[in-house]
Amino acid sequence: MSTRPISNTRSVTGIPSARLITWWVIASEIVIFGGLLATYVMHNLGHPEWRAAAMHTNTWLGALNTFVLLTSSLSAVLAFKAADTLDGAKAAKFLRLTALGGTIFLVIKGIEWTREIHEGFVLSSGGFWSFYYVLTGLHGLHVLAGMIILLVVAADAAKNRELQRVECIGLYWHFVDIVWIFLFPLLYIAR
Amino acid sequence: MISEAQPMISEAHIHHPNYVKIWAILVVLLMVSLLGSMSSIRSVVLIAAFGVALTKTYLVTTNFMHVNVEKRWVPYLMGIFLAFMVILFAAVAPDVMKHSGLRWSNDAAKHAVESGMQPASTKHE
Repeated sequence: MSTRPISNTRSVTGIPSARLITWWVIASEIVIFGGLLATYVMHNLGHPEWRAAAMHTNTWLGALNTFVLLTSSLSAVLAFKAADTLDGAKAAKFLRLTALGGTIFLVIKGIEWTREIHEGFVLSSGGFWSFYYVLTGLHGLHVLAGMIILLVVAADAAKNRELQRVECIGLYWHFVDIVWIFLFPLLYIAR
Repeated sequence: MISEAQPMISEAHIHHPNYVKIWAILVVLLMVSLLGSMSSIRSVVLIAAFGVALTKTYLVTTNFMHVNVEKRWVPYLMGIFLAFMVILFAAVAPDVMKHSGLRWSNDAAKHAVESGMQPASTKHE
């Protein structure tokens, strides 16, 4: 008799439930980030003075963070490839590398925020900075949450357990990467 | 809970593209957006920034998230939620982007634009 939870095997849509739920989480995240990004864009278009504020963000640090997240997405998908061939140890190694990428991303973001706060640009410095801190802060929290889940999944994967979770956390991580792919041009380039 | 290795998906194993090659293309696209940002022509900057962002999103969703080989429910689901975002923008943007209309005026926004566009030297006079 199988002791696998029924939620992992039932599949009305033809998609394993764990993966379907992950897609639902991503769909709800599209509404959260999409709503915020759409609101930012419409305010930005109505406030030409925000361009001057946006000149103070550091494009090179933003680009470096984009590179870090793209690379962590690569290690996440390589973890999925390893899990697909039931190589849990290799999948765990790539998942930990992905979490390391998240750590580097947050450290760079922390350096950036420290620099900006020291220059006097805080949450209450104007509309642009309100959006900047809320958008990057919410994204940073998603990176942090993803890193914790990555490490939990990696611990199981290292023992060749629950390998289906590797794909689910990978999907989430790629979504977090896509959010940054749009935050980068909006906050660092289009000014 | 199970205690042994199980394939993560009950379907046939998917075809794995050359992920390193996809990553290299993504990095090149990042460099293109950086080069575009150095242009003095605003339309070039915007096209480079958002054209590259859309291309990168396509590459990540198809090659890393495998949306193209996923069941049709998934793109439908994503499409519905993206449509919500477009509806939000279309419904609210006219009131936010403009600062006055037939019977209304957003004086606070007008003031913010005026004071923000003033040269720094005249702001505190």
